[in-house]
Amino acid sequence: MDRDRLARYSLTSPENDAAVELGLAGGAWFRSAIPRKRMKELMRRSDYPAVRDTAIWFGLILGLAGLGIAFWGTWWAVPFFAGYGVLYGSTSDSRWHESGHGTAFKTRWMDQGLYQIASFMIMRDPTTWRWSHTRHHTDTLIVGRDPEIAVMRPARLARLLANLVGLVDVPLAFRLMFLHASGRLTADEADYVPESERHKVYRTARIDLAIYATAIGLAIGLRTWLPVVLIGGPRLYGAFLFNLYGFTQHAGMGENVLDHRLNTRTVKMCLVNRFLYWNMNYHVEHHMFPMVPYYRLPELHEEVKHDCAPAYPSMWAAYKEIVPAVLRQLRDQEYYIRRELLPGAAPYNEPVPLADGRALPLAGAVAA
Amino acid sequence: MGQWIAACAADDVDPEDVIPVEHDGKDYAIYRSPSDGYYATDGHCTHEQTLLCDGLVIGSVIECPKHNGRFDYTSGRALGAPVLVDVRTYPVKVADGTVYIEVD
Repeated sequence: MDRDRLARYSLTSPENDAAVELGLAGGAWFRSAIPRKRMKELMRRSDYPAVRDTAIWFGLILGLAGLGIAFWGTWWAVPFFAGYGVLYGSTSDSRWHESGHGTAFKTRWMDQGLYQIASFMIMRDPTTWRWSHTRHHTDTLIVGRDPEIAVMRPARLARLLANLVGLVDVPLAFRLMFLHASGRLTADEADYVPESERHKVYRTARIDLAIYATAIGLAIGLRTWLPVVLIGGPRLYGAFLFNLYGFTQHAGMGENVLDHRLNTRTVKMCLVNRFLYWNMNYHVEHHMFPMVPYYRLPELHEEVKHDCAPAYPSMWAAYKEIVPAVLRQLRDQEYYIRRELLPGAAPYNEPVPLADGRALPLAGAVAA
Repeated sequence: MGQWIAACAADDVDPEDVIPVEHDGKDYAIYRSPSDGYYATDGHCTHEQTLLCDGLVIGSVIECPKHNGRFDYTSGRALGAPVLVDVRTYPVKVADGTVYIEVD
């Protein structure tokens, strides 16, 4: 039963066609009304914040790696590699995300350069994941359409927990690298990656495999773990934080809706977490207006908060809601977290009777 | 041979900005470049048909508000994923403070 339920999330499932037929695919999403003049201010790019933050980020990564290497063979290396691992294996996710949108920098090549580097660090093919994320924004949490639904109903708890140390993502990433290097895509990838873009996928996989083969070869040849602790390894031992951040985005929220206030969270975070996560905690705002660069999301939050449910005051507050909700969804897959909007907020956008968040089987509804 | 239509007043468009114009049920986007040149394209992104007038003009580039796809609005050229198909452009002229575009 659970297997049938989870099969609906595949992009090759009948839910995909049903979502198209019901108008949930490529649907008209709610957006708060913001005057054009203000919106232009919020969308404006500047190189300075991202250059500053990226310089600090790379500086920390290189500094911690250097100290880790200097103390290699002693216990003193552990805290340095712990920090290095989190910066490499977790915070590359938010850099991948922002530069993928092309909003971090004003100068295009800077976004493109950071995107390639961060994609390698987080072990995501830059082309397939660009298209995957494009679909995620078109059809956020539409079952059978969105390839980036991390917490399904019922949640695959063992996978989610194992992935805190990359035990699902990393083997999958290597399986995909070998598949792509042989000139093939998965069926889901073929659903959203255009023909004209596919050669880039194959080329990147071959380059990435060559880099990992070199690291592994050095480790064997020099009889030390150091090369793989530096390259690739952080995606295992440093991956927990991006998962903890990432689950707050959509876990337990509504599926098959056309309103990001029903399927996405905004969580207040401290300055350090906001630096590490590049303000992706303002996730409702990001989905409503993906053109706004990360450093202007706090301002955007002020513009739209009257239309939203109150932001979660902390990650702790978010998880106090997420954990019970996800556990309840193990036995009740129609349950989801539906938050009360503030008085005076624009009402939820629910144009389709089935778009109320419960994610009832669409294919069955269409057939009936 | 196309037909010239009055699209908007020249002052309706701020420098480095875009506005929507609708004619005969079809959407167009009218641009004013930072150097006060006027240009026109189809109103929708070629990727997923989002209205370009809600996007951001950066120099000679229009960025789609939905997926950040970019076009050179002076030529219509798609500048990379996720936009792979050029957007159609239209001839533009400005006379007596009015912007005209030549449509089919």
